[in-house]
Amino acid sequence: MSRYFLDARRLAKRFPQPGSEPLTVFEDVSFGLDQGEFVCIIGHSGCGKSTILNALAGLDSFSEGTLEMAGKEVAGPSLERGVVFQNYSLLPWLSALENVEFGVRARFPQWSKEQRRAHSRKYLEMVGLGGSEARKPAQLSGGMRQRVSIARAFATQPQLLLLDEPFGALDALTRGVIQDELIKIWSATKQTVFMITHDVDEAILLSDRILLMTNGPQARIAESVRIDLPRPRQRDQVIHHPAYYRIRNHLVDFLVNRSLELRGRTVTDEQGFPPDINPALDESAAAARVVPLTPVKEFHHG
Amino acid sequence: MKASISLRAAILSALLLVLLLAIWEVLCRVPASAAVSADDEYALLMGEAEQEARVPPPSVVLAHAYAELSQPFYDNGPNDKGIGIQLAHSLYRVLTGYLLAALVAIPVGFVIGMSPLMYRALNPFIQILRPISPLAWMPLALFVIKDSQTSAIFVIFICSVWPMLLNTAFGVAGVRRDWINVARTHELSPLRTAFSVILPAAMPTILTGMRISVGIAWLVIVAAEMLVGGTGIGYYVWNEWNNLNLASVIFSILMIGVVGMLLDLLLGSVARLVSYQE
Repeated sequence: MSRYFLDARRLAKRFPQPGSEPLTVFEDVSFGLDQGEFVCIIGHSGCGKSTILNALAGLDSFSEGTLEMAGKEVAGPSLERGVVFQNYSLLPWLSALENVEFGVRARFPQWSKEQRRAHSRKYLEMVGLGGSEARKPAQLSGGMRQRVSIARAFATQPQLLLLDEPFGALDALTRGVIQDELIKIWSATKQTVFMITHDVDEAILLSDRILLMTNGPQARIAESVRIDLPRPRQRDQVIHHPAYYRIRNHLVDFLVNRSLELRGRTVTDEQGFPPDINPALDESAAAARVVPLTPVKEFHHG
Repeated sequence: MKASISLRAAILSALLLVLLLAIWEVLCRVPASAAVSADDEYALLMGEAEQEARVPPPSVVLAHAYAELSQPFYDNGPNDKGIGIQLAHSLYRVLTGYLLAALVAIPVGFVIGMSPLMYRALNPFIQILRPISPLAWMPLALFVIKDSQTSAIFVIFICSVWPMLLNTAFGVAGVRRDWINVARTHELSPLRTAFSVILPAAMPTILTGMRISVGIAWLVIVAAEMLVGGTGIGYYVWNEWNNLNLASVIFSILMIGVVGMLLDLLLGSVARLVSYQE
């Protein structure tokens, strides 16, 4: 019955309000992820992205709708869905290596101590932290902590990886370095990834597809934008691709103008799925709608 | 030229100590020069010697301390035991009562911290039982238990249970949601979550409670032993008072302070082992 590996249909989140209509954060949200796909979701604060991600993780729940992964309903947290939290969520009393081992031990309880250690070490080295394995999180910089967190999630080899705005708290330079690490580790493992971000360039660099959400309340996923750029992508080269600014303009235009205009409107098909858009092909539309390059900062949380 | 602050503090402490001892010594010696009798013993017999008992000067106390500490474990019968034996009795009671309290308080505190329902259900009991002076339990304990030694241990138990219970509950309830979520996304069983996430996260707070408890237990044991008698440092202080041996009283007061400090240092170093930086 399911069309996608991860299949979300008509999801909605409503909060009951005493004495008035319940507050609808989002509704009619349908989307699908294929196996091995890297999908980012962008939207302004308050549109419910984090709720969607937390519900995918099994830490939160929807008011309506169905959510299935590999044909099975998602109910509660599972090791098949690994999470990288925005605030890293490392256990401060464990060293970097022990934090990765914590995940590995939960995932592969039958392994010997040596096996777990070797496996964890491999993933720490993949994110470039080979020399810092004995350090506690408090002795690591923010970027290094987030790498440990990424290593922990990848080391458990889940079927789906959920990244909740993982680079939101990092400075631009560190962010770039870790994006590269993420591309590297993703290319090596071919995980299915679902990621929240506020950064348009980051989303283009990493994604196969970007889901665009309208503003809340009553937010919806209005478009599914295909990022038709060749892989492997490199930060300094991808920006010179002819389609890059067409895609970027399309995304910025959505965030600046249409995310508000489309609020509460039905733009989806009868299943709730958003239209598939490929700005790289749509030359005329993009040319007609060149938007001045708004600073990306505008879309960040306060 | 500039010595470290700890060295300077140590010098200052030593100076203060010498100064205080000197003042004490001088104050105690002033009247001694007033009346010099040719025959002290005769004067004493005739009641002409000083009527007033005096606080012994530090030199006497130190001499007494030296004598006691060079032979801490002698045993010349029920009322004449070395300071080491007395302290050992007190420590035995304190540690037994304290460890029993930890065995009860930490698991119960864990449950209270995890469950808002249990917290609300047990809170009235805790609030009523906690302010009761531990010595108030003594008559009831003696009647029910019918053994003074065990009653003293019970009093220690009841006074050390509360800080550990409340701190454990507080520490467990305050474990960051993120860490619990890490445990949940890794599908840890409730028991594994308790031992591998909540316990290490709450450990510094629990240790704070344990440290407060051992301090209180050591305060209470002196009073408890004055009541139950027989052995222990509290009994020793009271017995020496009855003997009017003030040098011994002062010496044992100091020993109570020293042992209390050592207990606190011990738990302090355990606390450092389990502490973490966020």
